Amino acid sequence: MIRKFYLLLSGIVFLSANAFSQGFPEGGQVHGDFVFDAQLYQTDEKLGITDSTLDGNIFGMNAYGNIIYTNGDFSAGLRYEAYLPPLSGFDKRYEGHGVPYWFARYDHDKVDITVGHFYEQFGNGLVLRSYQEWALGFDNNINGVRLKVQPFNGVYIKALAGTQRFFWDPFEDNNRAIIKGLDGEIYLNDLISKWRTSRTRIIIGGSFVSKYQQVTPRSFLRDTVRYEYKIPDNVAAYAGRINLLHGGFNLNAEYARKINDPSSLNNFIYKDGEALYTSISYSTSGFGIILTGKRIDNMSFKSDIYDDSYASDINFLPPLGTQYVYSLATMYPYATQPNGEIGVRGKIYYTIPKKSWLGGKYGTKFEFSYSRINSLDKERVEPNIPIDSTGTLGYKSNFTNFGDVEYYRDFAVKINKKINPKWKFILEYINLKYNIDVIEGHPGEPMVKAHIGIADVTYKINRKNAIRFEYQQLLSKQDRGEWLMAMLEYSISPRWFFSIMDEYNYGNPNEDMQLHYYTASVAYVKDATRVSLSYGRQREGLICVGGVCRMVPASNGLSISITSSF
Amino acid sequence: MRKAFFIITGILMVSALMAQNVKTIPSVEIRTLEGIPFNTNQIDNDGKPIIIAFWHLYCKPCIKELNNIAEVYDEWQAETGVKLYAVSVDNAKSQHQVMPFVRANSWPFEILSDPNYDFLHAMNRQFVPFTCIVNGEGKVVWFHESYHEGDEEYEYEIIKKLAAGEEIEEE
Repeated sequence: MIRKFYLLLSGIVFLSANAFSQGFPEGGQVHGDFVFDAQLYQTDEKLGITDSTLDGNIFGMNAYGNIIYTNGDFSAGLRYEAYLPPLSGFDKRYEGHGVPYWFARYDHDKVDITVGHFYEQFGNGLVLRSYQEWALGFDNNINGVRLKVQPFNGVYIKALAGTQRFFWDPFEDNNRAIIKGLDGEIYLNDLISKWRTSRTRIIIGGSFVSKYQQVTPRSFLRDTVRYEYKIPDNVAAYAGRINLLHGGFNLNAEYARKINDPSSLNNFIYKDGEALYTSISYSTSGFGIILTGKRIDNMSFKSDIYDDSYASDINFLPPLGTQYVYSLATMYPYATQPNGEIGVRGKIYYTIPKKSWLGGKYGTKFEFSYSRINSLDKERVEPNIPIDSTGTLGYKSNFTNFGDVEYYRDFAVKINKKINPKWKFILEYINLKYNIDVIEGHPGEPMVKAHIGIADVTYKINRKNAIRFEYQQLLSKQDRGEWLMAMLEYSISPRWFFSIMDEYNYGNPNEDMQLHYYTASVAYVKDATRVSLSYGRQREGLICVGGVCRMVPASNGLSISITSSF
Repeated sequence: MRKAFFIITGILMVSALMAQNVKTIPSVEIRTLEGIPFNTNQIDNDGKPIIIAFWHLYCKPCIKELNNIAEVYDEWQAETGVKLYAVSVDNAKSQHQVMPFVRANSWPFEILSDPNYDFLHAMNRQFVPFTCIVNGEGKVVWFHESYHEGDEEYEYEIIKKLAAGEEIEEE
């Protein structure tokens, strides 16, 4: 059945592109893109990669091709993906090839209908976010129907129903939930004519999402007694949000709630879930400050209650820790703990004006950030029932209290300065604490405390040629100890790029692992095509984008990546 | 499955051969920095050239590109009337930091917000930085993925040609 759909849709796209496009009012357009990432692996005894661990898997490839046909208000498209086999670090369940995404869409004025697969987000995503992140191997597109309408000026309504992608598994036998969602958003300034010219702008919104997965009752053993529990088939989640803008002030707040949803991730407790995500900022020319607060309590919301991985996420819980961009600083990235966490973050941006004593000719840019995330303050529901006991309400927790367990803490300061048309630099210092036991699930390992220093210097030789140098050092007594990193980049605008890099784990407590991780890369860009080649060793690590992380094992070999669009 | 594979591969190849090199900006519903709905077909500059630059707050080359352009933007505007739309793909994690960041850096651009990559994907891209130049008739005449020091001067050469009414040669 599904195959028939692909063929039918492909046929429509093909025929329209070939035969009919001239006949349509504006003439159709076909465009698309493809990405090809491949890696050739080699043995590396020091990393423990031998012929027997490779076991013949010396090649990995992730690739896709996207084609979209548009004609006026109508569009249709599909994406073909191939993982033959998936690159190391990507989920093995991706192995294979096929068309996991196709759609047809009609979007005219105030009505927008999509059938097939689509991506969608309600508010901040606390109850629903469906998106694709190629670099992470994440795709939870929804296959179904979506309708967006604008019934009045300033009122936007979205409704959808469907099932999520889960690798290549077809939806069958209740293997995952059917999702239904409704979201409304009201722009009060557009709706209420008196407010149209007000300096204060207010947007309010609300969402409702329900998932339906038929689950057989389960039995649990506690204190030698066997209890039989019914697992709810329908689980509802809802959220309300506000965005208030007045001059330089901006307030964003969203609160979400989920009714009882026992799952393998929360150890089958029946507590309701909730999440609060709020931020307030003030900004003016040259200065900006933002404070963010977040509380997540048992708010994992998944398409399959038996799946613990990100792959079945319906919602998105944005992580709070500062996102870093330099390689050693990304060694300890924070990932949201869906079962519960509470945290705050503050960030200040300040530019010392141009032509002042400290600002120099070009101004000097500063950034300060601080974040702190702890466990929830949990109490037993009954004195004799341990916290998180299966089949109970799990725990009680005070809404505003920070728990005793520190999950993450960081402080960072960054200076970005252009000295003259040839030289510019960025300096950054980061101090962080990372609870590797909780975040990476390494029981008993001590809290990682690290200081990281970074210098990034660019020298522009002339209009086309530039050199960039990075030096980074990470000091820590825990985990893999001290690291340093040096990198030299040479670019010839707008086509060529060369770089050599070495990360050296000189302080690893295991002397055999005091290794150099060297990489040499070259890239060529022309218009919409980019080809890059790199050769070397890659350290084991977490790669995170947005809120999702994937563990990449150490490897050694040659990588090639091609991206192009037409 | 094998049949589907061949058919799709065939379609991809044929499409690539007959695809138009020039395309227009797709119509996608995104938002302004203030959270107001914005359809990308509203991207307009009264017949003068437009730059659309996709960026992310935590993308080093993106910030470098936009900082470099911000410094010369007055001059570019005076000479060619160009307008730059900086489309942030920051999701809920960093989206709310975009406004304080942009104002603290005094970026003079039109800022749009595309947190779920709807616009970026409709432009057939996955990664940032991605920059394209649109001519006065709304046709995308040049793309560039990635950013290296000095690329903005290359972009500006194209913008000057457009402003002078010259054709951009297909490469």
